Amino acid sequence: MSMEAFILSLRLAVTVSVMLLIVSLPLAYWLAFTRWRGKFLLESVVALPLVLPPTVLGFYALIAMGPQGVLGKLWSAMFGRPLAFTFAGLVIASLFYSLPFAVQPLVASFESLDRRLLDASAILGASRLRSFLRIALPLAWPGVITALILSFAHTLGEFGVVLMVGGNLPGITRTISIDIYDRTQALDYAGAHQTALLLLCVSFVVLSIVYGINRRVWSPWPHR
Amino acid sequence: MAAPLSAVTLSVDIRKRLSAFELRIQHEFAPGFTVVFGPSGAGKSTLLDCIAGLAKPDAGRIALGTSLFFDATQNISLPPQKRQIGYLFQSLALFPHLSVIENISYGLNAIPEEERRQRLDQVLQAFHIEKLGERKPAELSGGEKQRVALARSLVTQPRVLLLDEPLTGLDAGLRRAILEDQRAWNAERRIPILYVTHNRDEVDAIGEQLITMESGRLGKSGAPRSVLDAPQTVALAQAAGFENLLEARVQAIRQADGVMRVVLQDGGTELEVPLGSAQPGDRVKLAIRAGDILLAVEEPRGLSARNVVKGSVESIEARGALEVLRVKAGATFLVHVTPGALRSLQLEVGKPVWLVVKTHSCHLVTPQ
Repeated sequence: MSMEAFILSLRLAVTVSVMLLIVSLPLAYWLAFTRWRGKFLLESVVALPLVLPPTVLGFYALIAMGPQGVLGKLWSAMFGRPLAFTFAGLVIASLFYSLPFAVQPLVASFESLDRRLLDASAILGASRLRSFLRIALPLAWPGVITALILSFAHTLGEFGVVLMVGGNLPGITRTISIDIYDRTQALDYAGAHQTALLLLCVSFVVLSIVYGINRRVWSPWPHR
Repeated sequence: MAAPLSAVTLSVDIRKRLSAFELRIQHEFAPGFTVVFGPSGAGKSTLLDCIAGLAKPDAGRIALGTSLFFDATQNISLPPQKRQIGYLFQSLALFPHLSVIENISYGLNAIPEEERRQRLDQVLQAFHIEKLGERKPAELSGGEKQRVALARSLVTQPRVLLLDEPLTGLDAGLRRAILEDQRAWNAERRIPILYVTHNRDEVDAIGEQLITMESGRLGKSGAPRSVLDAPQTVALAQAAGFENLLEARVQAIRQADGVMRVVLQDGGTELEVPLGSAQPGDRVKLAIRAGDILLAVEEPRGLSARNVVKGSVESIEARGALEVLRVKAGATFLVHVTPGALRSLQLEVGKPVWLVVKTHSCHLVTPQ
């Protein structure tokens, strides 16, 4: 079993889910409340990773991050280093890949908010930011937890995108699912099994904790 | 405590296109209560939303004294946060995750700690909710919620108070008590209060200046009785509690007596009603309160009432302290009597009766 790959995957999943939350909160809030007619276009872009094969997403991410790509050029201009096949590149690709899993639960819980509560907040003199922090965010809390968990779990298990943009560099881009794949290819079934079992157990424990403390979180199980 | 604000008038002159009609309001709301009364869908809540800044009129101007809330020509539209308004929604919109204290002090965050505590104590006392402090809205009764919401709106010392049927669903005693607290509070801070409702009982409980509203327009204004006892449209008549709405055709006009005779569409019953702007042959609608019709079990004589119609009791239904009778007399009339009258007249289904209706209990309304 490769502890290094496991820790790398956890690091990636935590980084991505936290960054995604920061990006998704304003995006989801805006999507939930805007009256802009073209909003369906943005919704489609956000939802794309749900239907696209990860290899397609990974392919375009790789091109964008390559030495000739927009992102790659920008990155090396800013940091003097290439972006492809690095941990940072992996994070950026994963952000896109897991975006719908963070945005959609947030939009759903913002949309289910009683608008009159936000109106009342404004009437009482609160700025939009204060209304968001004091009213919308606390009331959309189950959606925030769901967004975090789903994007964490989705990033933890990703394979296709990582393979395309990250390759297989131990300690840098070799995540747990790549590790399992490699071991299986090498007929190291015992090693693959250990790693797979660990991933299975960790995923189960994380979900159990979350559902255990918060029944209102989105789940495939009926609410009790 | 801040000095009481000087009494200022809210002046509204706006237009806004809605799906069914155009909202067109031009009115000066003086300090004190103004009841805006009209059927649901008349645009009452939209009017309040425009004043609060939650909806934007297409054209016009809204000003409170010298401070401008909205002016289409100058492209001014103050956001709700800047209008210093109190607005109580029908749903109350208490923040469910905050305690009573946190709800009420929500609008006070910019105020120094000491004054905040003072104002809080004052409003908690005024609305008799000192004991509810730590509770969440879900743990409050209906009346308590209303008090907390009202306190939350008033503690910020708004310059205008908008009330959107906030007391619907409360029993009359509780409603009166809350209104008394509200009135006492307003006595020292003369601000315009718009109280919107389609509920006749609430109008009676407030009993001040009233203005009717229908299809986006304001109508008659005056004392509630004088306005509501002579509704001008079918929808207002229904809202004002006129149980009998009858189709009729004008037969003859007697200008000198100030009356006209009409024939009811159903059954051809003739009635004498006050003179309207109608011509012979025109179709009109009559509104008559069920409580304004007298019942007699023998043919009455020597009455000043001009309309005496023979019919028979079709059904009797007890509704609280009222007996609701349906009487077939050509058309079917709803008549209210007390249980005592029902017993002493030995009224029962099938019994012949005479309906007595004064001319001025018949109100002509325009169908709309």
